[in-house]
Amino acid sequence: MSVLLIAEHNNQDLKPFTLNAVTAAAQMGEDLHAIIIGQNCGDAAKKLSELPLVKKVIQVEAAHYENFVAENFAPVIIKLADTYSHIVCSANTFGKNLMPRIAASLDTSQISDIIKVISSDTFLRPIYAGNAFATVKSKDTKKCVTIRPTSFDPCESSGGSASIEKVEPGEEFNNTKFVKREEIKSDRPELGTARVVVSGGRGMQSGDNFKLITSLADKLNAAIGASRAAVDAGYIGNDHQVGQTGKVVVPDLYIAVGISGAIQHLAGMKESKVIVAINKDGEAPIFSVADYGLEADLFEAVPQFLDELNKLNTIQK
Amino acid sequence: MKILVAVKRVIDYNVQIRVKEDKTGVVTDNVKMSTNPPDDNAIEEAVKIKEAGKATEVIAVSVGEEKAQETVRKALAVGADKGILVKTDGILEPLAVSKLLQKIVEKVKPDLVFMGKQAIDDDCNQTGQMLSALLNWPQATFASKIEIKDKKLEVTREIDEGLETIEIAIPAIVTCDLRLNEPRYASLPNIMKAKKKPIEQLNASDLGVDTSPRIEHIKVEEPPKRKAGIKVSSVAELVQKLKNEAKVI
Repeated sequence: MSVLLIAEHNNQDLKPFTLNAVTAAAQMGEDLHAIIIGQNCGDAAKKLSELPLVKKVIQVEAAHYENFVAENFAPVIIKLADTYSHIVCSANTFGKNLMPRIAASLDTSQISDIIKVISSDTFLRPIYAGNAFATVKSKDTKKCVTIRPTSFDPCESSGGSASIEKVEPGEEFNNTKFVKREEIKSDRPELGTARVVVSGGRGMQSGDNFKLITSLADKLNAAIGASRAAVDAGYIGNDHQVGQTGKVVVPDLYIAVGISGAIQHLAGMKESKVIVAINKDGEAPIFSVADYGLEADLFEAVPQFLDELNKLNTIQK
Repeated sequence: MKILVAVKRVIDYNVQIRVKEDKTGVVTDNVKMSTNPPDDNAIEEAVKIKEAGKATEVIAVSVGEEKAQETVRKALAVGADKGILVKTDGILEPLAVSKLLQKIVEKVKPDLVFMGKQAIDDDCNQTGQMLSALLNWPQATFASKIEIKDKKLEVTREIDEGLETIEIAIPAIVTCDLRLNEPRYASLPNIMKAKKKPIEQLNASDLGVDTSPRIEHIKVEEPPKRKAGIKVSSVAELVQKLKNEAKVI
């Protein structure tokens, strides 16, 4: 039996986390097939076929697949499911929306958001927002698994030459219609994949003060994050939220400014390689996960941080 | 229009989770329990729709132990009209819960089913989508805005790239994001009134659904601890450490 990975893409290109999902799926079984469902997604399908871990690509195209509506996608997978032991997808909003619809139709108890493949039927997954790790074993004959992309490295992206098989599309589900998508465009690295993230919290005190975070992020070529408190206070848009109810990030460097470190926030960033906390409250929980803590007023510390970084650049030049 | 809202009793979100020494799960004895936070948003939205004259009845349902009655009662205290408790022993997987909810939907015949997008205990994020699959209804997950337009809903969804708007025909399932609304607190008079509202009790075993677990929990452990870091005394020291020690800038 083979493993089927559902590729996430935007019709032109693969979404970067598809590569991480391929790594995870390849650990569940050797014969990995990847399915791409979309409209005019030939270029993305070709890129999928170039991933050395992928042995076969299945491409399904129709106008009603252009906007990734789960009600249209699920029947395509269900129809092909017989020959697969595992169906795998990333645990981001695309996969979270889609996979349970597939799993329930296949009468399979889904395993969500795994961070490690222990064996083909046993997985490690965080529960309680990462405050406990559960080792779970699926007793279902078919496994439906979503994977946390940041817990797996991206796979090799070139050198493969899998065959691309085109499959006829299924019918459209008429009771759900896509209306529009408002994507947040930015020149910055994307929060979920950035090497450096600078985040602000309630301590910023206003949306205007977030300029400090922006300047620091500019200097470090970083993505901008925020705590839920800062988002709820309206300082910044919710697409910047890091935490259990926002994005989970694993950058090389995470700088938390004016963030106290509520459990919810820590769940979204504590796997970062190096964590810096700047907070004037020395007792703030953020310091318990920070590699480098600076107990200071952020309104003095952040401008100094910028000065120091400028000096560093001058020396390097 | 009738709205069914599914609510789950979970460990309160402010409680620091402790893993049991025998690694069979987390400590729940003498721990504060509450309604799963986004389920509060689901109830709030249903009640608001009723207050706006667009729904006639809001029914809260919970699947769980006897004590989950408290969670149903809380929903009644913030405006649900009646409650249903589907009693089970122990913890059920989302697949089993969605099959039980399917039975309740067949019995109650709601036009809409609301629930939170995810429970903060098992973090599965499955039940709403599974229920819509079983019913073959449209699903609007991670909703941060709901507009009722005749026999349709226009729902704004929180997705990784930003926001997405879809239109779904009723009957439908909506799973709610925390940003959907600001749940109200129950007033004392409403808490008293809620005590008189009916809660129908059913046994899961009477509903003809196989709820036996498909997933074996081998062990539950504490996550690996981060080693304690250091406090630096100045920004200059911080930058030097990041450059020379951590080598990340």
